[in-house]
Amino acid sequence: MSKLTSLSEAIHQHVHDEGPCVCRWLYTPHPICRRARNYPAGHQRPHPGARHPRPDLRPDGSRGLRRKVIFSYSGNPGVGSLKWLRDGMQNGSLEWEEYSHFGMISRLQAGASGLPFMPMRQTGALDLEKANPLYRRVADPYGGEDVVVVPALCPDVAIVHVQRADSEGNAHIWGILGEQREAAFAAKRVILTAEEIVDADVIRSDPNRTLIPSLVVSAVCHVSWCAHPSYTQGYYDRDNELYLRWEEISKNEASMQAYLDEWVYGVKDREEYLAKLGEDTRERLKPGLRLSAPVNYGSY
Amino acid sequence: MPEPEYNATELMIINAARLLKDGDQVFVGVGIPNLACNLARRTHAPNLQMIYEAGIIGARPKRLPLSIGDPTLVSGALSVCSMFEVFSLYLQRGNIDVGFLGGAQIDQFGNINATVIGDYQHPKVRLPGSGGSMEIAAWANRCYIITPHQLRRFPARVDFHTSAGFLEGGDARAKTGVRGSGPQAVVTNLGILKPNQNGEMVLAALHPGCSFEQAQANTGWALKQAENMLYTSAPTEEELRILREELDPQRIYI
Repeated sequence: MSKLTSLSEAIHQHVHDEGPCVCRWLYTPHPICRRARNYPAGHQRPHPGARHPRPDLRPDGSRGLRRKVIFSYSGNPGVGSLKWLRDGMQNGSLEWEEYSHFGMISRLQAGASGLPFMPMRQTGALDLEKANPLYRRVADPYGGEDVVVVPALCPDVAIVHVQRADSEGNAHIWGILGEQREAAFAAKRVILTAEEIVDADVIRSDPNRTLIPSLVVSAVCHVSWCAHPSYTQGYYDRDNELYLRWEEISKNEASMQAYLDEWVYGVKDREEYLAKLGEDTRERLKPGLRLSAPVNYGSY
Repeated sequence: MPEPEYNATELMIINAARLLKDGDQVFVGVGIPNLACNLARRTHAPNLQMIYEAGIIGARPKRLPLSIGDPTLVSGALSVCSMFEVFSLYLQRGNIDVGFLGGAQIDQFGNINATVIGDYQHPKVRLPGSGGSMEIAAWANRCYIITPHQLRRFPARVDFHTSAGFLEGGDARAKTGVRGSGPQAVVTNLGILKPNQNGEMVLAALHPGCSFEQAQANTGWALKQAENMLYTSAPTEEELRILREELDPQRIYI
């Protein structure tokens, strides 16, 4: 059954006002699904909680977004410090819950596996364990030393960007995988955004690459350039000029709001965003060709 | 022949590179550690393997990666796995030889703070936090820290243990049972600190032209000298050439 729908419809249907937790997942510079935030007017939905290992979310208190962040690194990768997030923590306006990367992805791994928690070896660094009461220790029932445990994380909605999917939501992913597969299996609902929608035959031609199956997917949206200004392996590069500019833009509320008004709330949809981005930018970000050698699955 | 000139960053990269061994499996960060690994690979450690926390094994980046999740790390790599897998199968399992770490503060026992200056709940200055460093510091066989030698970066005690060095010194780290041997060197622009038997960071080497007094003036505890304190040899023309012409021609980091 086809689950193809528009992004705005998918957001409207699956991201609810009361939904406590939306996670935009994908390891940071890999497809951070920016465009899914680009709700058309009238469809803006609050995100009372947002979870990301690196929360380069935009602050937008006026729209009720993001009262709490759950994160494991609060920097803008390779660029700077995410000033608004730092300010929010320093001035007490933002609630946060913090993990290490491994703690965070272990939470998702537990959620994705249907387990109540995930054990990890001790690290000797106790301060984060003390600061976050959801870190606990339990005895190894087989007699080894105590292990550190973190609880399962099952987001209400995961928005995951992939290279290609069929209309039912079976998705091929390559390049950096981050924790998107775990996020998809852990979440209650998954909105899949894909650079390309392909025939089911394409997916079945390479089953090892199908990391997210239709089984866990609620909606499939064809959104090319969905990850811009981040990248999608093989499709486009990270728009580093914008990353560097964002470091400047995000230094004050007014410039940030102006950016959001222009690029997020000010464009009607995907096509308008892409048109506004312009062909020169898209051309600049196109990578060269580097094909993998084909494999023979055999005909049996 | 006159000695070639170099800057503090080049000096740190070159000395970090010299610490790496051929065949090392290295958990790399972007920037200086990435340059140090690539320099080592092009000089004395051609079989060094770079592993990135995003899940890339054996990266061969053609350009300087912009972040640890740059697509250039994937193209031509040996293997790509999930983040859960790189942290569990590679790091937690004990397959990583070297981890590179940085942070705002490094203390007398090599503990690192990358989380907060001041109180955790009411931060004076909030920093990015652990990322991968909490586990890297614990589970990599050996860790190297690269940081400029400044008083504010070297307090006697860090405000927050983001990642464990030798904790309070003595057998404190060993007692926790963490598998890695902890920070084995802190490379600065003045010299190299290494742990003594008590896990205290002592001055093991000075770079050419640098003095113990300079190092002490920029360190927040009574700095000891290692019994056999050495002088590092100056960066060679070849090291500088590779760094400047091949690795960072646009001088983004150096």
